[in-house]
Amino acid sequence: MSVSYESGLLYEIPVAVKILFRERTMLSKRIIPCLDVREGKTTKGIKFKDNVDIGDPVEMARFYYEAGADEIVFYDITASHEKRDIMIDVVRRVAKTIFIPFSVGGGIRNADDMRAVLLAGAEKISVNSAAVKDPGIISEGARSFGSQCVVLGMDVKQVGKSEKIPSGYEIVINGGRTYMGIDALEWAMKGQDLGAGEICLNSIDADGTQDGYELNLTALISQSVDIPVIASGGAGTPEHLFHVLAEGKADAALIASMVHYGDYTITEIKSYLDSQGVKVRKTW
Amino acid sequence: MIAIIDYDAGNLTSVARALSHIGFQCVVTNNIKEIERAERIVFPGVGAAGSAMDSLKRLSLDFAIKKAFADGKPVLGICLGTQIIMGHSQENDTSCLGIINGEVRAFPSEMKAEDGSSLKIPHMGWNRISIRNNHPVLSGVRETDEFYFVHGFYPAPADAAHVIAETDYGISFASVVGFKNIIATQFHLEKSGKPGLALLKNFCEWEPF
Repeated sequence: MSVSYESGLLYEIPVAVKILFRERTMLSKRIIPCLDVREGKTTKGIKFKDNVDIGDPVEMARFYYEAGADEIVFYDITASHEKRDIMIDVVRRVAKTIFIPFSVGGGIRNADDMRAVLLAGAEKISVNSAAVKDPGIISEGARSFGSQCVVLGMDVKQVGKSEKIPSGYEIVINGGRTYMGIDALEWAMKGQDLGAGEICLNSIDADGTQDGYELNLTALISQSVDIPVIASGGAGTPEHLFHVLAEGKADAALIASMVHYGDYTITEIKSYLDSQGVKVRKTW
Repeated sequence: MIAIIDYDAGNLTSVARALSHIGFQCVVTNNIKEIERAERIVFPGVGAAGSAMDSLKRLSLDFAIKKAFADGKPVLGICLGTQIIMGHSQENDTSCLGIINGEVRAFPSEMKAEDGSSLKIPHMGWNRISIRNNHPVLSGVRETDEFYFVHGFYPAPADAAHVIAETDYGISFASVVGFKNIIATQFHLEKSGKPGLALLKNFCEWEPF
């Protein structure tokens, strides 16, 4: 018997067929470990069950590459500008070691900084406070290297809704200590217009809690922009990732402590997401 | 020696690093003589079709690539390189190399996912491929293997025989195209983990004739 689409559906599509369709037509949601690097060393090493601590960002990148990470994010938190060349060397060594995309953020102030990181082999650069101070850096980066290279990192705190902050979410810098008087939703839209290819959305309220991502904020931004949104801050369990990818509509989820301290593996996270109907990359 | 064509189009060193990693010697070059001496050609690229064709013409690399193909050398296109080997691109209304007949098209602007949400453009991230015509370079690909894409345009070969694999993103498009001694992927096999490196190795060992 043949069923034509014009005649309308004669019976409910079986679940298995729906899943097959979803698997065929959807991009995978990306699971992205985040490594903080200071003067060439990761600030949180991977603690395995036998308590071996890897503090080398290149070795950690290799570990997560082998473990099924879809992408890796490095944040350079080196305070002194003179020591920033150390990070370029790290990027160069990472690029020889892993063959998935990775991005580098932290301390990128201008197009020359971007160029140095991209030439060293990173796929993307992430700008955060430098873009708040000078939004032109986003358009300059997009023009020089392409939008796909430019990630707008946003640190956000919930505040009361006001005329100035209509969404109730405000842009902050300096780890949340300085309020910038900029509405997070407006900033996301502006970043997209200036040429950002992606947004990494970090909730300062959720960051470090391991109590789950800020779902309202993530859904608000994800549904308002056309570029992919990476949710960041608050991941503690695979369920948290499911909520932010499903309800939060995020395209990707950043994870840190929950994998660095050996509580979960990327395979465990992905198996859970897969069982909940979220499409993830299953072989690598 | 494998020559990676250098025409000021994006991060070419990533392909060079991937080739070194799997044990093949390569050179990133825009030197015509060096390209003529090479046994295999990789033609990568990130950026827009218009400026890419301008650079290729300015450096006479358009002829060098066509000649390498005519000489029967294995040629690998990647991302923008894959689009440039087609006949014409809608991006900047650009006449391309025409090694494979067909057009490069923009994704439709209002594509919907099954759940009704809008699909974002560019198509960026990991996605699967379905093989339409068996090819030695795709041998060993598992159904669940995924590859890393970043693109807003896709190749549409005129002849279905040149569609080696397809990927679904709102529409079904040719994610791998091939003809005689050229094979070209819309995804970045140099950034697609081990499945990508396996295809790169297949290419390096491929004897088309």
